[in-house]
Amino acid sequence: MSRLRRFLHTPEAVAGAILLAVLFAMALSASLLFPGDPQAIAGPALLPPFQDWSLPLGTDRLGRDVLAELFHGARTSLAVGLAAAAAALVIGAVVGTLAGFAGGLVDEVLMRIADAFQTVPGFLLALAFVSVVGPSLGVVVAAIALGTWTGPARIARAEVLSIRERDYVAGARVIGMHPLEIAFREVLPNALPPVLAMSSVIVAAAILTEAALSFLGLGDPNRVTWGGMIAEGRTVLRTAPFLSIVPGIALVLTVLGVYLAGEGIVETTAVRRGLS
Amino acid sequence: MTRTLTLVRRRLVGSIFVLLIVVIGAFLLLEAAPGDAVDAYIVSTGGDAGMIELLRHRWGLDQSELTRLANYLWALLHLDLGRSVTFSRPIRDVILERLPTTLILMVSATALSFGLGSALGIYAGARPGSLRDRFLSVASLALYAVPGFWLGLVLIVIFAVDLRWLPIGGIETLASNKTGLDRAADIAVHLVLPVSALGFIYLALYLRMMRAGMAEAWRQDFVLAARARGLSRRRIVLAHVARNALLPLVTMLGLQSAQMLGGSVVIESVFAVPGLGRLAQEAVAARDTPLLLGIILTSAVLVILINLLVDIAYAFLDPRVGASEAGT
Repeated sequence: MSRLRRFLHTPEAVAGAILLAVLFAMALSASLLFPGDPQAIAGPALLPPFQDWSLPLGTDRLGRDVLAELFHGARTSLAVGLAAAAAALVIGAVVGTLAGFAGGLVDEVLMRIADAFQTVPGFLLALAFVSVVGPSLGVVVAAIALGTWTGPARIARAEVLSIRERDYVAGARVIGMHPLEIAFREVLPNALPPVLAMSSVIVAAAILTEAALSFLGLGDPNRVTWGGMIAEGRTVLRTAPFLSIVPGIALVLTVLGVYLAGEGIVETTAVRRGLS
Repeated sequence: MTRTLTLVRRRLVGSIFVLLIVVIGAFLLLEAAPGDAVDAYIVSTGGDAGMIELLRHRWGLDQSELTRLANYLWALLHLDLGRSVTFSRPIRDVILERLPTTLILMVSATALSFGLGSALGIYAGARPGSLRDRFLSVASLALYAVPGFWLGLVLIVIFAVDLRWLPIGGIETLASNKTGLDRAADIAVHLVLPVSALGFIYLALYLRMMRAGMAEAWRQDFVLAARARGLSRRRIVLAHVARNALLPLVTMLGLQSAQMLGGSVVIESVFAVPGLGRLAQEAVAARDTPLLLGIILTSAVLVILINLLVDIAYAFLDPRVGASEAGT
């Protein structure tokens, strides 16, 4: 309870929580408020915002309802951001635990692989991966996770290195537990807090990467994405800059909400790692 | 000096293994792509089954995967990246032609983000908890949440479309026959917007790191000692607090290089800057996998070299770093 109270006493954290709540509400209500295909034509093309109240934010180059696209785009952004971050955290935690707990050659090999992944620019890797496998929601999630798992892996490994010398690990060895069981049931759960403290940064990065991929036309073509909307609006940037600017603002507010809420949580649980 | 040499040697040996993993990994990933260079070529030129057969044989695509990987590695030892089908030229030449543009973009953006970011960080961290500190903290977080490509578009709308102060894209005015300083000035004008779009995002990162580092340094004993010696506040901030907080930022320079290279892919596409990033996008669009492979390798080498330079700089800046622990 006191944690919640402390969280609520940080203005930044509250602002972040509100932003995220609005975003989740948008994502969840998208198909209720805007049933049907958001990519269907809803009115005349390039209708400016605030003209027709059935289409409050106007329409894009093809006459699609911008507000409906915005709501459905929230869905894609959140789904991809959360799924990619979860995948990166799981892969990172598992690899980091294996490397730290096994040590020796396993550690050396896994960490060289992590080095290799960190040497190739993550976005370039994602670009190559999506272009090879073909753009779909799952592939985009995998592509983003491929470029982000190394951070959590390194932190998990560092944590495991200090945990594996503790008494309860020695105790588990003495009672004859299998090393893998010790690694994943005793060590991994205790190494998680600092890894989880990174999650807001990772979710934010994943949302931005998804936006950049779909901006370059490598998002799932069957879904509305904010990045895709910005790219679409770019073709009429001179006459209707609004079409690119609005989804961008939605992106900024989303990522900001994730950062602020994440910082608030990290600060109130007193695990200070993350952005800095 | 020997300390630095040992560090360089150790880093280079380690890098070879990392590069080998990158080559093999990227090769296998791109092998999995449906269709090959011949398919891409035939789509653009047309041709019958016999032609396809002939081309596959001529380009060595009818051999097994392992043989081709071995051939690729062997060619790589001679710095040969193969031939690009889309450009009908050696990939190495295409990449070397585009690389300088990306390097200029990256170096300028890094200078902007590092310089302005650390300066603002010092300004904020000089008085922790003050109004300006809180403001800069929130402002930098907001800036960090901005997608670079979108910032680029907004800058285009404001400075190129509305105000018409700066060019909308490209790297220089085409067919202007400018030379020497005129040409340099022309390129500089074209780079203002892309460099800002790329640099401003990372500015926030350096600002926040500097601020956090200074908050840490304020609590150290040497600050108390400096105060006891009666040094002015300005001197304590600059010579003691900021100086100690600056070192982690130098490490970050290296770590950020890979991300900045990735970011330049999108920025170059927004501003039509003919650099490595746009080349990557062209390679993806044309399904030119050998070219994409070459770009991935070049970026990896670039990132390794930048990190090596940063490590050397770090060893000079921080006398506490011995060669023994510098490699880890």
